[in-house]
Amino acid sequence: MSDAEQNKPERSLAAKWTRRGFIGAGVLTGGALVIGVAVRTGNPIGKLKPIVAPGDGEALVNSWVKIDADNIVTAIVPHCEMGQGANSTIAQMLADEMDVSWDNVRVMDAPADGNYVSQHAARMFVGPGTLPDKPNAVGFMEPTYDGLFTQVAKLASAYITGGSSSVRATGQNGMRIAGAAAREMLVAAAAKEWGVPAGEITTADGVLTHGSSGKTATYASLAAAAAEQELPNAPRIKSVDEYKLMGTAAPRKDIPLKVDGSAMFGVDGGPAGENLRYAAVKAPPVVGSSVASIDASTAKGMGGVLQILNMGDFVAVVADSYWQAQQALNTIKTTYTETEIDDLDSEQMFANYAAALDEAGESGGSSKADYGDASDAFANAAKKVEAEYRVPFLAHATMEPMNCTAWVRDGKCDIWTGTQVPLMSRDGAAEGAGVSADNVTMHTVFLGGGFGRRLTPEYANQAARLAKATGYPIKMLWSREEDTAQDFYRPADISRFTGGLDENGKLVSWNNIHCTDDEPAEAPLVEFYDIPNVAIRGAEVEPPLRLGAWRSVAHSQHGFFVESFVDELAHEAGKDPVEFRRELLANSPRHLAVLNGAAKMADWGSELPEGHGRGIAIARSFGSIVAEVAEVDMTGDKPRVVKIYCCVDAGFAMNPDGLAAQMESGIVYGLTAALYDEITIKNGAVEQSNFHDYHMMRMDDAPEIAVQIINGAPDNLGGAGEPGLPPAAAAVTNAIFAANGQRIRELPIAKHFA
Amino acid sequence: MVKISVNGKAEDIDVDPAMPLLWAVREQLGMTGTKFGCGIAQCGACTMHLDGEPIRSCSTPISAAEGKEITTIEGIADPDGTLSKVQQAWISEQVPQCGYCQSGQIMSATALLRQTPRPTDEQINAYMSGNVCRCGMYGRIRKAIKVAAGLETATGADIAEEASA
Repeated sequence: MSDAEQNKPERSLAAKWTRRGFIGAGVLTGGALVIGVAVRTGNPIGKLKPIVAPGDGEALVNSWVKIDADNIVTAIVPHCEMGQGANSTIAQMLADEMDVSWDNVRVMDAPADGNYVSQHAARMFVGPGTLPDKPNAVGFMEPTYDGLFTQVAKLASAYITGGSSSVRATGQNGMRIAGAAAREMLVAAAAKEWGVPAGEITTADGVLTHGSSGKTATYASLAAAAAEQELPNAPRIKSVDEYKLMGTAAPRKDIPLKVDGSAMFGVDGGPAGENLRYAAVKAPPVVGSSVASIDASTAKGMGGVLQILNMGDFVAVVADSYWQAQQALNTIKTTYTETEIDDLDSEQMFANYAAALDEAGESGGSSKADYGDASDAFANAAKKVEAEYRVPFLAHATMEPMNCTAWVRDGKCDIWTGTQVPLMSRDGAAEGAGVSADNVTMHTVFLGGGFGRRLTPEYANQAARLAKATGYPIKMLWSREEDTAQDFYRPADISRFTGGLDENGKLVSWNNIHCTDDEPAEAPLVEFYDIPNVAIRGAEVEPPLRLGAWRSVAHSQHGFFVESFVDELAHEAGKDPVEFRRELLANSPRHLAVLNGAAKMADWGSELPEGHGRGIAIARSFGSIVAEVAEVDMTGDKPRVVKIYCCVDAGFAMNPDGLAAQMESGIVYGLTAALYDEITIKNGAVEQSNFHDYHMMRMDDAPEIAVQIINGAPDNLGGAGEPGLPPAAAAVTNAIFAANGQRIRELPIAKHFA
Repeated sequence: MVKISVNGKAEDIDVDPAMPLLWAVREQLGMTGTKFGCGIAQCGACTMHLDGEPIRSCSTPISAAEGKEITTIEGIADPDGTLSKVQQAWISEQVPQCGYCQSGQIMSATALLRQTPRPTDEQINAYMSGNVCRCGMYGRIRKAIKVAAGLETATGADIAEEASA
C-alpha cells in the first residue's frame, strides 16, 4: 500500500479503520480478527496478502473470506483440522450466509502468524478502554461483542482448537456474520454499478441478479467494488427457515485428501529439497528429574548416527534416518537425578488422594456448589446411600505420535507440526531456536488426532532446540513408547458421594467430594437435576504426573461419577433408572427430551436376551446435552458392549452427519477408556508403553452406534467434539449392573474381569 | 543397495537391509501416505501390500521386499487417477476424521475384498481388527467396506441430495 493510499481521508468506516491501522498495516499488527472488514483490492495488506491472496485478480472481501477470480470462495478458518470436521462446517455456515454453492467453497486454515486470532489482536481491534461503550466500533459488531470477544477471543485467542468451540463460537459469531456482511457489500456494489435499488437484487450460487433488467454478475466480478462499499452496520443473518446449507450433511472438504495418502500431517512435513536429518528423543521417566549421565558408547558407532546430545531435560540421537536414530537411542544407558516421587506407585498415590478426602470429611474442602442444606437433609433422610468411585490417569494416544520438524537458519525458523495451539507452539519454537516469534513460520498441516494432547508446545520447543544445536533441518519423532510415557494425562480421581432419599424415594440430598480441579467448573455440577439440597466440594492433591486436557476434560470423570451414583440411587429408591431421572429432570425440558429420546431409541423396558443388560446415562457438556443407552452382553468371560443408542441436543446441528460422526467418535473414545485403559505409576514413572499394554478399541469390539439428533435451541449452539464422551462409561457400568447386579465403581472395567 | 519395486516402479535404495520398509519408503522415496503409529505391528497404520498381501511395514525389513511388488496407498487408484471402489466408499460414507490411520485401513480393506469379495460382518470385524482408528470410525469403515463390495448402497448419494435440496 502506498503512503498516499494509506493517508486517504476518512470517508467511510472502513477508511476510519484504515487510518487506525486495522485494514492496511493493522492487519499485520493484529487487526485481522476483523469480521466483515473490507480489504480493498490493490491493498497489499502486508505479508498477509501473499499467503491468502497470492494471485492476480484475487480480492479479500473481508479477513475471513476470499473470493477468487474464478468465483471460488475460500473460508479462512482460525482452527486446526484434527478430525473434528469443524472447519468444513464453519465454511458451510459462511457459504450459506453468502449464498454460495458448496461446490464452489474451499477451506483454508488461517496462517499462524498471529494476525487472525489473538487476544491481543482482539483488544487492539476494539481499542483500549472501548469496552463497554465501544465508540470506535461499527454497529454490527455490537451484538457480537459478548460472543466474539468472550468466546472467540478467549477460546480461539491463541488460535486454540478445543473446548468444542469451533462451530458454536467461531462459526456462529464470526463466520456467519462475515458471510452476511460480504453478501451485503456485494449487493451494494451491484446496486451502484447497475443503478438499481439494493432491495431488488437477489443472490444465489455466487451470482447477483437483478430480475427486472435481467442483469447478472458473479461475485468475483464485483468483489473489488464490494470492498469499496461501506461496511454494513447490521448484516442480516438467516433465520433457521432460510437455511440452505446449514443443517445439511454437506460432505467434508478434507476427506478426499485422506483417502489417497496426499493429506500432509505434521510428520510428513519439511523443507522441500533440503537434506533432512532425523531425531529420536527420550525424556526422563519421572516428573521433576533430569538427565544425570549418559553412556552412549554403543550408539556412537552405529550406522547413520550423526550426533548424540544430552539436552539436560532429554537425550537425543540425530541420524540419517529415524529408524537409525531410534535404534541408537535404545542402546544409550541413562541415569537421572533423584526426585521425591522416585518410590511412588499408583496404590500409594490413591492412598494419598483418599487421605485428602478423609481430611476434608463431610463438609471440608473448597466449595463448588452449595444450596439447601445437604448435611441436614442427609441426616433426616429416610434412606441413606453412600458410594466411592475411582478413575485412573489416561493417555491421549493420538494415532500420530508427537513430532515436529524444525529448520533454523539466518535468524529464522520454519516449523511443521500438528498442534491445537499454533501460536503457542510458535512461541515455544522461537524460544528453542533463539529467534523472535515473528521470525518463526508455522506451516499448516493436518493433525493425526488431537483430543487435547496437542495443546502443549514442548515438542515444538524440543525440535527447534535440536535444529539450532545441530544446524540441520531436523525431523524429530517420538516413539509410541515416548508418546505414552510423556503425555499430559487425564487426571486420576476419587469421588465420594452421600445421597439421601425421602420415604417416597425422592432424592433430597446430594453431597459429593472429589480431588481434581475441575475444568470446566461446571463438570461436577447437577443443577439440571431437581435436588433441593446439594453440596459439591473439592480436596487438594498433588498429582505425580503432568496433567492435561483429555477429550471432554473433567466431564470425562464426572460423567461417570455422577451418573453411576444417580443409578445407584434409583435402585435404592426402587425405581426404574429412566423413570427416576425423568422425575429429577422435571424442570429441565431439554434434558428430559434427550433422555426420553435415548430411551425410546433403545426401546427401554423391552425384553433383552438372557445375560444382556441396559444402562442409561445423561450428561451436559460444552453446551450440548447427550443421553446414551448401552446394551451389554455379559454371557462371555468379559462384558461386551453390543449397542449404544445416543440422543444429542447440540442446539442446532449445522451438519447432522458431522455431529453424528463426532458422537460416534466420542463414544468410542469413552468406551475405550471405560473398558480397557489405565495409566499406572511404578517408581514414579508411567508403566504403560505401547498398544499392547494401553489398549485401543478395535473393530471386533466396537458396538453398533445409533445417533438421533434433537435441534432443541437453534440460536444456542453446543459443541460436538467432546459431548459424546461423558455418558459412555456410566451407561456401560449401569448396564452391567442391570445384567448381573455387579456394580463397577472403579475404571477400567477390564480390571474386574481379569 | 536394495532393489525393490513400489507401485510398479523399480527403485534402488541405499540403506541397511534391516531397515523397516516403512522408513525406506517414507524417507528415501518421499512417499508419506503410509504412516507410523506404533513401531511394533500393533496398529496397522503402516499397512502396505507385498505381492498383494497386507504387511505391517514398520516391522518388515526392506530386505524381505527384495524382488517383490510393493503397493502403497499412493498406488491403489487407477493409473488415470480414478479412485478405487474402496476409496470412493470412504468418501461416500465420510469415513475419515483425523485421517491418520486411514491409509492403513484402506490398504487392509482392499486386501480383504480381494480375498473375500462379499464379506460378512464377522469376516470384516476379524480382518480389520489389526487396524486401530483412534477417532473410532469403525461403524463407518464397516459400512464403507460393504458399499465397496456392492452389498449396501452408498450414503453419499443421499448426502448430495440433501445438500442441494
